[in-house]
Amino acid sequence: MITVESLLDTNWYERYIKISKLNIRSSIYDVTNRCNLRCKGCFFFSSGEDKAAPEEMDITQWETFIDQEKQRGVNLAILIGGEPTLCLDRVEAFYKRLSTFCATNGFIKLPRDRFPDLMVGISLWGDEDDEKRLRGKDCFSISSKQYAGDPCAYYLYTITPNQIGKTERIIQKIQDAGLKVHMQLLSNDEGVDGFNWTSETLKAIRSEMDDMLDNYPKTVISCKYYHEIITTGEMLGRRFSWMECPSVTDTFDTRSPKPKRLINFKRWASDLKTTHRCCTSETRDCSTCKDGAAHMSWVMVNKRAHIRTAQDLKNWIEVYEMFAKLYQFMPW
Amino acid sequence: MTQVTTMDIEKIILNVANIIINELKLEDVTPETFNPDLDLVNSVGIDSMDLATIALVLRDEYGIRIDEDDYPKLTSIRLLSEYINKKLMDKN
Repeated sequence: MITVESLLDTNWYERYIKISKLNIRSSIYDVTNRCNLRCKGCFFFSSGEDKAAPEEMDITQWETFIDQEKQRGVNLAILIGGEPTLCLDRVEAFYKRLSTFCATNGFIKLPRDRFPDLMVGISLWGDEDDEKRLRGKDCFSISSKQYAGDPCAYYLYTITPNQIGKTERIIQKIQDAGLKVHMQLLSNDEGVDGFNWTSETLKAIRSEMDDMLDNYPKTVISCKYYHEIITTGEMLGRRFSWMECPSVTDTFDTRSPKPKRLINFKRWASDLKTTHRCCTSETRDCSTCKDGAAHMSWVMVNKRAHIRTAQDLKNWIEVYEMFAKLYQFMPW
Repeated sequence: MTQVTTMDIEKIILNVANIIINELKLEDVTPETFNPDLDLVNSVGIDSMDLATIALVLRDEYGIRIDEDDYPKLTSIRLLSEYINKKLMDKN
């Protein structure tokens, strides 16, 4: 029988044991329906999720809700929006109760005296030109000043097809700001001209992502297997799709056969009653979804499938470690 | 009260091994060759979702509930089988 020990040497086995003790149970929360930007391609607004439910305004309701989520077994709250930093009292309610990650555009700095070690993921959509075109302004110039040198913040660099050949300059800028970066790919939910991926551009960006990891190992939080999965949409000969996605809200999950999925995962709207179908937009075509967290989770929930060869299992370990670092379950 | 015998435990071990093999679609082991002392997480690579699935099948099979809080200590087929046996005895 193939066992974990039979595939790994001592060093890799110790790494496996370390992460096998982590029992990460995440859910995603829309903190608010409002944002101080309106980016082309933001699924939250393009799919009308900002109008799905009225925001709960009473902070005590949020506190009670978060306590219930904790009781449900959630040990990682991923805050998205809208822009969560517009509602710092709600962010604080999560932070005081749970391991919390906050996605932000970085325009408003989370006060570090109030949130000393809250992990922040700052969105970045390409270079200055792409950001101006998609988001209306060069967001990096603002967010990098807000968070320069912050040990609990990193850039979520959404790479667009226009970025091929240009990523190194961005990674260098992030490194110069004393920050780290995780790379993901634009899904182009609003079909902006020139921002759709092709098999050739995906192949090119995969090679470039690999090079960035090799050249900036202390700045880039990633691994090559993740690059393979996110650019090919394939894992162990299977294609990412609705029937494979692990990040589907449990009450929406009527799939049969049931795929491996995140246990008790839900994505909550900001009324704290409504749930969304999955971690991204319901209007998105799953076969072209490029959501980074969904692809990472896809690998993570399919551990047994990777206990096949030493390389498969090492790939699985690296993806799990990457996720654990991004959400503060492991140090950088 | 039912007296636990070695034979009972051995029967449960084989059945639990069979259930795990079927649920995880393990192809390179049989109930007879599955080492009941192998660590299910550290060696076999079972995750919490697998455990939850197996717990549901065991619930239907034996009519007992496996508390999620008990998962961390049920690290091998033998420990799972002893746990089931104890629950069955408590029921009787």
